[in-house]
Amino acid sequence: MAVVETRGLTKTFKRGQVGAVQNVDLESREGEFLVLLGPSGSGKTTLLRMIAGLEEPTSGEIRIGGVVVNDMTPRERRIAMVFQSYALYPHLTVLGNIVFPLKAQGMPKADREKRAEWATGLLGIGHLMGRKPRELSGGERQRVALARAIVREPSVFLLDEPLSNLDAKLRASAREELEQFQRRVGTTMIYVTHDQIEAMAMGDRVVVMNLGKVRQIGTPAEVYDDPADTFVATFLGSPPMNLVESGPSVVVGFRPEHFRPAGTSTPGGRPLRLKFRCDHEEYLGAERILYGLIEGGPFDGKKVVARLASTYGERFLAGSASDFEVAEKDLKFFDREKGTRTDRVALT
Amino acid sequence: MSRSRQRWLGPVMLLPAIVYVLALVGVPFILAFFYAVGDVKVGSTAYHFVGLQNFRSVLENPTFRRALRNSFVFTIISQALVMVGGNILALTLKDAFRGRRLFRFLILLPWVAPVSIGSIGWKWILDSLYSVINWVLVSLHLVKPLDVPMWLGQPTLAMISVILVHTWHVLPFTTVILLAGWTSIPRDIPEAAAVDGAGYFRTLFQITLPMLLPIINVALLFGVIFTFTDMTVIYILTRGGPYDTTQVLPSLAFFTGILGSDLAEGAAISLFLVPLLGVVAWLMLRTAHRAEVT
Repeated sequence: MAVVETRGLTKTFKRGQVGAVQNVDLESREGEFLVLLGPSGSGKTTLLRMIAGLEEPTSGEIRIGGVVVNDMTPRERRIAMVFQSYALYPHLTVLGNIVFPLKAQGMPKADREKRAEWATGLLGIGHLMGRKPRELSGGERQRVALARAIVREPSVFLLDEPLSNLDAKLRASAREELEQFQRRVGTTMIYVTHDQIEAMAMGDRVVVMNLGKVRQIGTPAEVYDDPADTFVATFLGSPPMNLVESGPSVVVGFRPEHFRPAGTSTPGGRPLRLKFRCDHEEYLGAERILYGLIEGGPFDGKKVVARLASTYGERFLAGSASDFEVAEKDLKFFDREKGTRTDRVALT
Repeated sequence: MSRSRQRWLGPVMLLPAIVYVLALVGVPFILAFFYAVGDVKVGSTAYHFVGLQNFRSVLENPTFRRALRNSFVFTIISQALVMVGGNILALTLKDAFRGRRLFRFLILLPWVAPVSIGSIGWKWILDSLYSVINWVLVSLHLVKPLDVPMWLGQPTLAMISVILVHTWHVLPFTTVILLAGWTSIPRDIPEAAAVDGAGYFRTLFQITLPMLLPIINVALLFGVIFTFTDMTVIYILTRGGPYDTTQVLPSLAFFTGILGSDLAEGAAISLFLVPLLGVVAWLMLRTAHRAEVT
């Protein structure tokens, strides 16, 4: 087990800057599940590949367990990686795939098989040993890839969107399994995804990235409840945080679930009262999403979204106007130009 | 489109190919069988059935046995060189580097240029009097001016020369096939091997080459057929000489049947290739069927 650190890590590409990484300072904690979250092209995969040693940084430093590994090959870094495609060796059996890293280490055959048995037992794929990767389902392939990664007890686990090739139903159960797996082995994991649900559900901490830069690092609750800037505020949450301009320099944000019928918001402080004219409603089973406009006051005519549990009794018909409110503590203030958080201002 | 039209359109489209194969491959092939069991000569219309007598006389002929052996030596050595060289070239050309396009074009030249022109160039390079190789060797004082190697005049050197020139000619084709195979291996796979702790050679011999095996088989079988049935390089460089020491089956069949006007014996010689090529073709179809990299 080891801690991964990056200092001023930068990668530039000759052709365009998609996937480039700018000056990333990062420090994982012992045994942590660290998620790199961002839209495609945000540089999260490039960052992971640099940690793995598959991509050479333009500048900056990578340390694993306190040792600078910039000049080390992937093999010397003692990391394991699960690829998005799983990258199983198609001509080898499941067993052949799993023992390959051990063979490369020069481990004797008897020990290799013992370890493979342990790894496949851990992932419940012991019965697949003799199959070829093309004879496996997506979920089975993912487990084989995990087994191949865990088998030599790496110091760090790197995972590049390992669930994105699974169908939606399988993904939820695979997510839970992966979480349990990490808890059991206790190895530091760095996990890349563009899926905020995965990030929130699994991450001990989430690193939100955009355009090659780290926008915020924090626990799922921190990045969701206390976004550092408007990018994080809108990237996390579905539907995203409502952002309405207030005056020349401030943007006010509040989550759709905090925009509630008058009298039902969390008590404490003085709530912000707004008149909401519902335009249309989406019924999603457990909840309803209301789309509409604010009428009157400082935010007149601004589009906002509200999110109510389906169990909430009152219905809001299209075209109707009602009183809504946001609790004072649920209002976030951003600098209009830079997008970063600013001090609370009085709203009238 | 009406159903009846669909019914005849397919066969009509296939017809030219069928006619072509029948007229230019099928008919001569059947004729060869007739000739091989008869006493056909150029300039005579007589035909008498002689059974397997042509085959018997061919087998007793030391030149034929030499040519048969040469055919295997020629094919096996040149294909071994082509496979190793082709994989090295394909691996080199796979990755991006400055001037890759120009390099790829140059590599392809020996294949796209007419083999006769290329071979005539080589004939001069290997010439007994004007050989540029010998000129260099002499200038470097590696050989004495009056004791230069006769590249096409000494049996072993002549065999080495025709094998190398043929290798030079076939190499680009194999390289292109292998290059297609190498580029079809997803980048993830060698990367996963690197992360798994495998070095360059372990990745090459345990992961990527085995994955490429179906493609290598196809390239090899094509190469074997091209080489076993080809006589251009030998015809231009040595004409089978000196003293029939570089003769292979196709060239011997040509010299005996066409230039020696003994059509029957020439046909018998060329028919010796049939069983072997049949096996190769069968293997080729079987492998091509399974040729998928991932």
